[in-house]
Amino acid sequence: MSAVVASAARPRPRPGKSIFRHHVVRAVISIAVFLVLWELGSRLKAPWVGDVPPPTVVMNTWLPLLTDQGYWYSWYQSSRRVLSGFLAAMLIGIPFGLAMATSRVFNDVTFPVFEILRPVPPLAWVPAAIIFWPTQELSIGFVIFLGAIFTIMLNVIGGARSIDVRFFQAARSMGSSNFDIFRRIILPGVLPSIVVGCEVGIGITWNVVVAAEMISGGGGAIQSSAGGGLGFFIWNSYIGFSYPHIVVGMISIGIAGYISSAIIRQLGLMVTPWMRLR
Amino acid sequence: MSAVPNDAGALRASIQAGELRVAGVSKGYGDEKFRTEVVRDCSFEIERSKLTVMIGPSGCGKSTLIRLLAGFEKPDSGTITLNDAPVSGPARDRLVLFQESALFPWMTTWDNILYGPRARGEMSSETRDLADFLLNKVGLAQFRKKYPTQLSGGMQRRAELARAMINNPSVMILDEPFRGLDAMTKELMWEYYSRLFEETRRTNFFVTTDIDEAIFLADRLLIMSNIPGQVRAVLDIDIPRPRTLIAMVENDRANEIKMSALSILHEEAMKSFSRGSKAAADFVEAYSKRVSKS
Repeated sequence: MSAVVASAARPRPRPGKSIFRHHVVRAVISIAVFLVLWELGSRLKAPWVGDVPPPTVVMNTWLPLLTDQGYWYSWYQSSRRVLSGFLAAMLIGIPFGLAMATSRVFNDVTFPVFEILRPVPPLAWVPAAIIFWPTQELSIGFVIFLGAIFTIMLNVIGGARSIDVRFFQAARSMGSSNFDIFRRIILPGVLPSIVVGCEVGIGITWNVVVAAEMISGGGGAIQSSAGGGLGFFIWNSYIGFSYPHIVVGMISIGIAGYISSAIIRQLGLMVTPWMRLR
Repeated sequence: MSAVPNDAGALRASIQAGELRVAGVSKGYGDEKFRTEVVRDCSFEIERSKLTVMIGPSGCGKSTLIRLLAGFEKPDSGTITLNDAPVSGPARDRLVLFQESALFPWMTTWDNILYGPRARGEMSSETRDLADFLLNKVGLAQFRKKYPTQLSGGMQRRAELARAMINNPSVMILDEPFRGLDAMTKELMWEYYSRLFEETRRTNFFVTTDIDEAIFLADRLLIMSNIPGQVRAVLDIDIPRPRTLIAMVENDRANEIKMSALSILHEEAMKSFSRGSKAAADFVEAYSKRVSKS
């Protein structure tokens, strides 16, 4: 009995804190093990890893770039393109998705076109994008836009259709108008799916940024050859046989995608506070 | 302030209890060839200021009847009237409490309760006072800023009761509202809910599959037939209120009613059993056990 009381009275480490520590420790171990294996694989010329530059070489290439204005301009260029393509995808995808989910007629008219365009990979759009759009930047933005819009729309449609029918019945009984139901039931009901769609969608925009910036041919680069966008940076390094630079570009895009998704996730939790508590 | 029923007496005075009448209603689903008639020529009354409980085997058309009464669907034939006026479409005078929670997950308890008044543009300081009063009444004053997922099952049902009551419906329709709650919470909710009914004497229509729940709550008990649904028997539960769980267990009249209700239900279940329904087989098994126990 007394033992129980004693253990209850003993101050315990705050659970939130200790989990966080574990979490960070595990992440650090995971990355460290990966880097060590990579370094060893590269130095020992292991199959498949053989020609990939080891992390130490990549770091030696990367460090000088960190003070290169052109490299950071690439970050800015790619981020700006991703963001504008992504915002356009949101601005068009969310209303379209909502209209498709709520209007039978609209759905029947648009769904076939949507379904035919959806499987076409963004890369396949590159030549068409160049022909369609007057400026290079618009072509790039368009390809990025295509990368995100279908995922966003699919999530919006799925989210709106999975709203519990009892919510509509309850709202109707309590005297809601159509507009009221749209504003207070459909919009908040679909918001978590919009967040998920955006989170996945912004990941895809970084996936297609290489394809999109191949169009650019380094246009708009300033300061150094590293300034045409992160996607172009990789392509340009490949043309120039600079393998460490390719890896630097790859990791840079990985980090950019990670940060973007984390930002979207945080913004998502801010607009859907009730999802935080599940 | 005079319009706000901020005490039990005023709340009761503000209620205009209604009377629902179902006359010869039929409803079926499916295309012509595969059509199943769920409710056939069904007639009954939900009397003013009484708590009418409907019990029947699962799949006997209870939920269909609720959708018809609420106006979410229209009967194929027959009429449903509220205070002699035909029912057309959903309206605030007939509010439904659904199985499990239908609180809006994206709204706090407070916003959920005020949903109806806001939808109709009836917000005023009096409405807020009423919401406060109801929030206290259902014991959720501390939980006004919580989201539904932060409430226990019992709290969610009480919040939903308040969300319906603020609209002052003349009939409350409850579709197995306490299903899914654990046994203890469920019995507490029976007592809580019947006290609330006794205070307000609003017309209530309560659908359940639980015979103990039915007898504890009901003024009148409607026993449904097997599908296609009809009211097979009406029993008056003449046990004085307020009722308590312990008193009901010891009450001979309650046990008598339970026996006769169970024998009717059993008969109905046997019928559907002979028709080869799977649900009916479970039902027969469960109720045979109960009959032999009591």
